[in-house]
Amino acid sequence: MQTLKIFRIAGLALIIMFFQATKLSSAEECFEKTSRAIFKFNMAFDDIILEPISKGYNKLPSPVRTGTSNFTSNIGTLLSIPNNILQGNLTQLGHSVGSFAINTTVGILGFLNPAEKIGLKPHKEDVGQTLGSYGIGTGCYFVLPILGPTTARDSLGLLADTFVDPFAHITLREKELLSSSGNVLDYYSVKATTAIDFRANNDANLESLEKNSIDLYSSYKSIYLQDRENKIKNTSSNLDDWDSLDN
Amino acid sequence: MRKIGIYLISFFFLIQSSLMAYSSNPKDFINELVNDALSKLSDKNLNKEEKSEFVEKLALENVDINALGLYALGVLRKSSSESEISDFQTSFEKYFLKSLTSRLTDYSSSEFTIIGEDKKSPNTTIINSKVTPKDGGPEIKIDWRVYTKNPDKPLIRDLIVEGLSMARVQKEEFASILNSNDNDIRILIIKLEDFVNN
Repeated sequence: MQTLKIFRIAGLALIIMFFQATKLSSAEECFEKTSRAIFKFNMAFDDIILEPISKGYNKLPSPVRTGTSNFTSNIGTLLSIPNNILQGNLTQLGHSVGSFAINTTVGILGFLNPAEKIGLKPHKEDVGQTLGSYGIGTGCYFVLPILGPTTARDSLGLLADTFVDPFAHITLREKELLSSSGNVLDYYSVKATTAIDFRANNDANLESLEKNSIDLYSSYKSIYLQDRENKIKNTSSNLDDWDSLDN
Repeated sequence: MRKIGIYLISFFFLIQSSLMAYSSNPKDFINELVNDALSKLSDKNLNKEEKSEFVEKLALENVDINALGLYALGVLRKSSSESEISDFQTSFEKYFLKSLTSRLTDYSSSEFTIIGEDKKSPNTTIINSKVTPKDGGPEIKIDWRVYTKNPDKPLIRDLIVEGLSMARVQKEEFASILNSNDNDIRILIIKLEDFVNN
């Protein structure tokens, strides 16, 4: 109950910030100084906690890492289903439902990924992307403690995710769905494992970025905004305008 | 005798430079260049300095570093003086070569495949490729922005890794530094020099 109260207060604060922030362009910061301080804290958190765990995770046998990655990804597909409906994307809805059903059963609770072998490749969708697909702008940019880079739109989406995600429904709210139940610990364990899996997969890239950036904060911001833009457009091509330089 | 000597030396350099030349077809150009780079970077007979030297030479001949620098500089390229631009280009080249060497070695133990090409404009072709790490890690999609104004000498302008443009990251990084320093290009040049010297 306490968690839900916190969510409601945070939601209200975000909605107020969201409507103020939509007037700003995507490049604008909500509160850069604070964001840079939080970013520093996050980098320290990464150095002390996340990076050592990720390096240890990378030493696990490859089938264990792949199985873990498949398992968290399969649970993540549940969030895509309501968002596919909200976006009216029936093809992707078929991919998400089919992939989840096959991987949870034939794929032994999602540890294997037989759905991919038959051509089912669901895109990961969340409420932030759905709002983006409705034409709602990013709003201003800021950094959240532990969770990292976000925008006004995406942070509102992050909160809304917990209301539309069937997995959050049975874990965070401890409700029963199709005879499945869980608790808050299940929810945070899966989220933490997803974060570690992501961090471990990108270990070399993040190290290289840190080594070669003259303003790491801005590099992360650019990467985050480009990635969200691509996810909303469901594309992996990025052709920025080179203006007269292309003539 | 002197003339023959000059001809022989010229011939030697001609052969040397033709060994380094890649195809003028953008798709073959990227394929030959990357496979050459991967084989050199994974060559255990070459030491770190030799590999760095190779990467630098490869970049100087095949990457449009000047255009990349101007792109990364953003709108300031139109308002800065010629001498400021020239100083920036010198520092940017050093910065780019230093960061490229360490970035390229990250992908040295990978398999490279060209998967397509897309002519975006008369002067720009995008080459789609994928890199598969030999250690079983996830496949990485890389698009190469190739500038083909001189059809005999294509030049790389950008790497788009999993949809993320490295040139755009650079541009936004520089923009942030400039924004917080009254758009003073000299501060940016100092930051680039600091990076190179550290």
